[in-house]
Amino acid sequence: MSQHSEETVRAEVRAWLAENWDPELRLTEWRTLLADSGWGCPTWPREWCGRGLPEPLAEAVREEFERAGAVGVAQGGGTALAAVTLLEHGSDEQKRALLRPILTGEHTWCQLFSEPGSGSDLAGLTTRADRDGDEYVVNGQKVWTTSAHHARYGMLLARTNWDVPKHQGITYFAIEMDQPGVEVRPLRQMNGHASFNEVFFTDARVAAANVIGEVDRGWTVALTTLAHERRMADGLRSLVRGARGEGPIFDEYRRELASVMEPYKWYPQRAGRADLVVKRAQETGRLADPAVRQAVARVLILARTAEWTAKRAKAARVLGRPPGPEGSLGKLAASHVARAAADAHALISGADALLCGPDSPMDGVIAEVLVSVPAVSIAGGTDEIQRNIIGERVLGLPKEPSDAGRPFREVARNVGS
Amino acid sequence: MQFGFSAEQEEFRGVLRRFLEERSPTAEVRRLMETPDGFDREVWKQACSDLGLSGIHLPEEYGGQGFGFVELGIALEESGRALLCAPFFASAVLAANAVLLGATEARRKEILPAIASGRTVATLALTEPDGRWEVPAIALTASPTSDGWRLDGTKSFVLDGHTADQIVVAARLPDTTGTDGISLFVVPGHAAGLDRALLPTLDATRKLARLVFSGVPAEPLGEPGTGADALERTLDLASIALASEMVGGAQKVLEQTTEYAKVRVQFGRPIGSFQAIKHRLAELLLEVELAKSAAYFAAEAAAADDPELPALASLANACCSDAYRNVASESIQIHGGVGFTWENDTHLYFKRARSSELLLGDPAAQRERMLAKWGIS
Repeated sequence: MSQHSEETVRAEVRAWLAENWDPELRLTEWRTLLADSGWGCPTWPREWCGRGLPEPLAEAVREEFERAGAVGVAQGGGTALAAVTLLEHGSDEQKRALLRPILTGEHTWCQLFSEPGSGSDLAGLTTRADRDGDEYVVNGQKVWTTSAHHARYGMLLARTNWDVPKHQGITYFAIEMDQPGVEVRPLRQMNGHASFNEVFFTDARVAAANVIGEVDRGWTVALTTLAHERRMADGLRSLVRGARGEGPIFDEYRRELASVMEPYKWYPQRAGRADLVVKRAQETGRLADPAVRQAVARVLILARTAEWTAKRAKAARVLGRPPGPEGSLGKLAASHVARAAADAHALISGADALLCGPDSPMDGVIAEVLVSVPAVSIAGGTDEIQRNIIGERVLGLPKEPSDAGRPFREVARNVGS
Repeated sequence: MQFGFSAEQEEFRGVLRRFLEERSPTAEVRRLMETPDGFDREVWKQACSDLGLSGIHLPEEYGGQGFGFVELGIALEESGRALLCAPFFASAVLAANAVLLGATEARRKEILPAIASGRTVATLALTEPDGRWEVPAIALTASPTSDGWRLDGTKSFVLDGHTADQIVVAARLPDTTGTDGISLFVVPGHAAGLDRALLPTLDATRKLARLVFSGVPAEPLGEPGTGADALERTLDLASIALASEMVGGAQKVLEQTTEYAKVRVQFGRPIGSFQAIKHRLAELLLEVELAKSAAYFAAEAAAADDPELPALASLANACCSDAYRNVASESIQIHGGVGFTWENDTHLYFKRARSSELLLGDPAAQRERMLAKWGIS
């Protein structure tokens, strides 16, 4: 391994971009060059489309791409979740076959984890995969699957052993979505959007060669995916800002981004739009009401202290200090901010908050806040699960009674809706 | 803006915590809170001579340690954690800042070194019987006489007012209103015409007094009539300092309650294994950490002389008041019956939380002030 200084890396990537970046290329042509060069995923190993650089140098590479206005590898669940999981747990053969089309954007992926009966208790899942020759036969149902309707592959968790404790009988598969046994239906949410799907498996087939990691050891693999899930949506939002160039490649790129971002378009409203509270209170003249002023003040205090708490956690990470309690609280804090902001918006807008049409407050944004905020305390780990984690791992309180030690066959089945 | 403490600051915190664990355990707090003075002069002098407690943020030219407001915040957090019974807040925060900000250079040189060394215990008399902490509410009158000034009126809720050696008094010139005519004076605790009485209060760890001024001769700290700005600033800094103190107490009572939830067994399980308790404690931890962020950020703003300081002072005070009160009252609930006994320490924190919440203006008033200082109207 050679030593890289930031200067030499910057010079190298600049020279490569000067030679190769061309907005007249097709998107997949360009990304094939990127995958070959390793500049698209600088932290990945050299043999797998990367350059083996540490994170600070990778950041420098990204800055050079931004400066040149060059498009990067495909983003979304494929790169952010599937590829990083394959890198860590996949066989060489799987990496050879699956990584490159993810980076070029030819294959998109979806995540087949949650089930109607297994939300918080994910390891209680009952979708089954039964061995049949060189294949497994899959039966069951998944839910809350983003982008399943155009995904080429799914990251599937299914039970392969019912005689061992719940975490020890799950296998992680890469399943092809385009087959007769897989049916995808859109799932409409209470805010009217349909950002997710339900996926039904009826004797669907997946090759035994597509087991990621070992049979019955899929839980460990799933933890890798879950660890990356939380960071994904934030990463995606920052991408949209970079898609402003001119040329045929940007037209393709913007179409791709629009498709990737479609499910997330209401996420700012889900977070409560604390940023609009003061503006709305001023526009409506409601700031004269002391009750409104107190509600506005509470939102501002919550939002700012949550932001400072996140910065304290980040500062501790940068200093290499052991993570303090402040690092585990972000998601719970976000729920409080969102609810307080939604309540303030209702108070400020009054009856107008009910209107969704063209004459409504901010073209329906306020109404959308009110019907989207309930998601924030559920998605990505409910507040209740967060409180368990904080209580047990941060405060050191005794654990919940658990069914995790008994063979799954003897465990009372989770009940779905 | 920094979002972490330096190794030196953490070391400073460690030294203070060890000193206070040794010299201010709850047994000592309980002993002192039953005395009329409410503190031990010898321990206080030692804290000032060994640790420089009373002059942490005062410049060295006035006998202080020359540290900043962040270090003062750390010290207050630790004193709040220990429920320290001492004139720390009255002397080092309220009086010292009023003198630092509102006095002539000669007066600073005369008064501050004695405060910094702990020889003099000082306080600030601002609120009156109506309990309002706003500068325009000051009614006590300062009238010119042939050979100086005299003060007439009543101050109430004065921290350590019955024991202080020096009292900084916020007064107004005759026939003035609002922030006009506000003046700072200093009078000795035993001045003629000054009647001092300890107020019976629910929080025995923080002594409050009522002071009646009947023609008390007083020396002006600065130019009479120009004290409003210095006083406002003193209150901003006091709000931040109190926020730090509250966060220390909130953290400590949360720790004690968490430990209790691990050892208290009911229905065959430690109560902390029940989500009814576990989830409540997780929420309280969140509240305490958000409050810490507010207190730390505001202390940084004070150290950096940030233009947002007045708003951030009220933000921190409101946030920490709500957190401390809530953590303390939930702590009693989680302890159950034993939490309502005198023997259990939880009520000491609960009472300190209440007295802190109402000391410099209640949280709703602080929130209103925050919006006003941000120009949100």
